[in-house]
Amino acid sequence: MKLERFYGILIPILSIILGIAVGAIVMIAGGYDAGEGFYQLYYGIFGEPYSIGETLRATAPLIFAGLAVAFAFRTGLFNIGVEGQVLVGWMVAVWIGISFDLPTAIHLPLALIGAGLAGALWAAVPGVLKAVFHVHEVITSIMMNYIALYLTNDILRRYIGITNERTETVKESASLASTFLSELTDFSRLHNGIFVAVLAAAVFWFILWKTTLGYELRAVGFNKSAAEYAGMSVKRNIVLSFVISGVFAGLAGAMEGLGTFQNMTLNASFTGVGFDGIAVALLGANNPIGVVLAALLFAGLNIGGLSMQQVGIPPELIKIIIAFIIIFVASGYAIRLVIDRFTTKKDMAKTSKGAGK
Amino acid sequence: MEYVIEMLNIRKEFGNFVANDNITLQLRKGEIHALLGENGAGKSTLMNVLFGLYQPEAGEIRVRGEKVEITSPTVANDLGIGMVHQHFMLVQNFTVTENIILGAEPKSGLQIDRAAAREKVRQISEQYGLAVDPDAKIEDISVGMQQRVEILKTLYRGADILIFDEPSAVLTPQEIQELIQIMNRLISEGKSIILITHKLKEIKTVAHRCTTIRRGKYIGTVDIDETMTENRLAEMMVGREVNFDAEYSKANPQESVLDVKNLVVKDSRGVEAVRGLDLNVRAGEIVGIAGIDGNGQTELIEAITGLRKPYSGEVYLNNKPITNLKPRKVTESGIGHIPQDRHKHGLVLDYSIGHNMVLQTYYKKPFSKGGIMNYNAVAEKAKKLIEKFDVRTPSVDTFARALSGGNQQKAIIAREVDRSPDLLVAAQPTRGLDVGAIEFIHQQLIEEREKGRAVLLISFELEEILHVSDRIAVLYEGKIVAYRDPKETNELELGFLMAGGKKEGADQV
Ligand SMILES: Nc1ncnc2c1ncn2[C@@H]1O[C@H](COP(=O)(O)OP(=O)(O)OP(=O)(O)O)[C@@H](O)[C@H]1O
Ligand SMILES: [Mg+2]
Repeated sequence: MKLERFYGILIPILSIILGIAVGAIVMIAGGYDAGEGFYQLYYGIFGEPYSIGETLRATAPLIFAGLAVAFAFRTGLFNIGVEGQVLVGWMVAVWIGISFDLPTAIHLPLALIGAGLAGALWAAVPGVLKAVFHVHEVITSIMMNYIALYLTNDILRRYIGITNERTETVKESASLASTFLSELTDFSRLHNGIFVAVLAAAVFWFILWKTTLGYELRAVGFNKSAAEYAGMSVKRNIVLSFVISGVFAGLAGAMEGLGTFQNMTLNASFTGVGFDGIAVALLGANNPIGVVLAALLFAGLNIGGLSMQQVGIPPELIKIIIAFIIIFVASGYAIRLVIDRFTTKKDMAKTSKGAGK
Repeated sequence: MEYVIEMLNIRKEFGNFVANDNITLQLRKGEIHALLGENGAGKSTLMNVLFGLYQPEAGEIRVRGEKVEITSPTVANDLGIGMVHQHFMLVQNFTVTENIILGAEPKSGLQIDRAAAREKVRQISEQYGLAVDPDAKIEDISVGMQQRVEILKTLYRGADILIFDEPSAVLTPQEIQELIQIMNRLISEGKSIILITHKLKEIKTVAHRCTTIRRGKYIGTVDIDETMTENRLAEMMVGREVNFDAEYSKANPQESVLDVKNLVVKDSRGVEAVRGLDLNVRAGEIVGIAGIDGNGQTELIEAITGLRKPYSGEVYLNNKPITNLKPRKVTESGIGHIPQDRHKHGLVLDYSIGHNMVLQTYYKKPFSKGGIMNYNAVAEKAKKLIEKFDVRTPSVDTFARALSGGNQQKAIIAREVDRSPDLLVAAQPTRGLDVGAIEFIHQQLIEEREKGRAVLLISFELEEILHVSDRIAVLYEGKIVAYRDPKETNELELGFLMAGGKKEGADQV
């Protein structure tokens, strides 16, 4: 068991190192100065208060998206529809943010709750289809992404109102923006959402490992037949898992709508937050602390990658590094085999000596 | 004497727990060597060391006289060691041939040479009298046949040292007879076999020698000859005398608890497996169902416990209809269920043993209050059950997966019996248990009966049925075809009835 935990941490770390190594090779092969590139990457993340602020700002939605994917996964479900749930959550958050005049204490929570409910509703569709009609959730949740993309654009145009491709700015009473955080980080777009995100990670842990519902959800994830035998409703748990996952996803949208942008733009294509969430969950081993750390890493790479342009390295390089990290984590089984080979060799050497005397 | 395998002074630890402590096992060429020990004694662990799944902390392994380091199953394969596991490892929707070549695919160019593989499978099957159809899908063949596929798989890979981990635990008596023939055939062809089993009779029948371990320690190796008795083997195993023929008091049946009326249940393919079955079980009695596997046992149990919707007919518990209730409602109305398949239904293997102990009651006080789990209360309850039922586990936090097969079974029994349900449905409750544990479980069933509970026992072992039942119902083709008093019948008569034989005279007791 201790060994399991050890692998759980070792494999992601090893994957990150290997991913960065591949990045170095690509830079060198492309004729770039890898040393300079990594210095710029480092500087782009930690060099200035502004970049630290931007990194944290980009972390918040990734935490939520990662939690969304991880939560469903713990119940044995693949929620590939996080992207669509982010979009509807974003839209509802902005709509509430611009349409009401309320005190902050009511307006902001209302906008957040609205975003969470919108995500939940969107996620419930694949959940119900899976539970009742046994339609595979991967297919339906992907389709729901496309519906969300075009539907939100249409609703924005028709009902919410668009000027210059974007909505009005949300009212201050619904905004997550924080002058304090912004000034602290040299006027980055850092907002209070990061606190909400960390809180959400704690809620994730609490639901799964402290509540009775969590006991059921994990049991269903591990063994449906045994869950049924124990009198749990597998259907109900599938729908619930999707709904809770959708709440996290919807809140990821709220981070953008009430925090980073304070509005919503028409989207020609997906935001990518939902898909990044899959990577974050994978690297974070579906564990709340892991998800927070993985979100930090991916946000850092994305923000830091922008500075690499200053020495002419295309920011797409970061995409390559991230992609390789994911490949390495996903092939963790293979890495494990390699580690096993090494460790058992050593073990045997020890025992042969031990038996010899 | 030539040894093909020598495991010398093997030590294997899991954390602070020593599963194998200085164990020695020597296998002669061409012998069937039994490995005997209580549940959790460390038999599977020792064999997993030999098969390269675990690395020992100390000790040495010699294969055909040469010192080796078996670092993985691949190495074991190369050394000619094959293992048939306690729980099969087959891909359900692959054919026999596909399963056998998985991981060792014969190639012609870049393509898998299926025809050649199929032919080789057929030929091996013939050579050893396995009667395996190379093209059958795993999901369509019986458990006994699946086991033969596992045996074939090891032979296909060139094994001449075979490890069988409790092969007979999942088999019907008929299949066990066939397995014994297969094992004899294997050694006559020059193979050597290590056989783990809890059935002393089997050891007497097929084994040449027997090594015993107790709580991880080596006890001794003896020859199995005429002078060796089952009692002596049992004594070596548990370290004290075992009482085999405990006589139980007479039952005193009261009012009816379970009434099944004209029940029809279809199996997963939509074929009627239970066909108009009537059955009743009274408070204070144990009714044993005798029948050959596949005569509707599974479907009957699932229909009673709410896991499967009956097609027609009624089920009453304490005179209240429970026919279409959900499993939770059935449980709450007073039914306990020791399921036939412990890995599928009985346990969440990735939960700790503690979590598993409250699988039926987790939502009730004190384990859950206001939607919040009280895992301290769960652990406390689990500790009590583990102690009372002698479940051997390193701790309450150990994953159920890491428990020995027999101890997993004991954990389920502990959970179900502890709730003292009005009706206890026990399907193969002692499968995979050592003789001491079997005796203990039988006593538990009797105790429940004495408390005035009803017990429905389903078992493929007639000995068990005859030993603990107060009334025997013979199941054949989805119907109860006869009732017998265990005092007035025997295995021969039951076997005849189970095969659909008809006898004149009263069929009611
Ligand atoms: N991976 C593991 N981690 C921790 N403990 C383990 C692990 N595997 C086995 N054990 C413990 O080691 C002991 C021996 O287990 P093993 O499976 O070898 O027993 P066994 O003799 O095969 O019993 P059975 O007859 O019930 O199958 C048990 O107490 C078990 O809980
Ligand atoms: Mg075992």
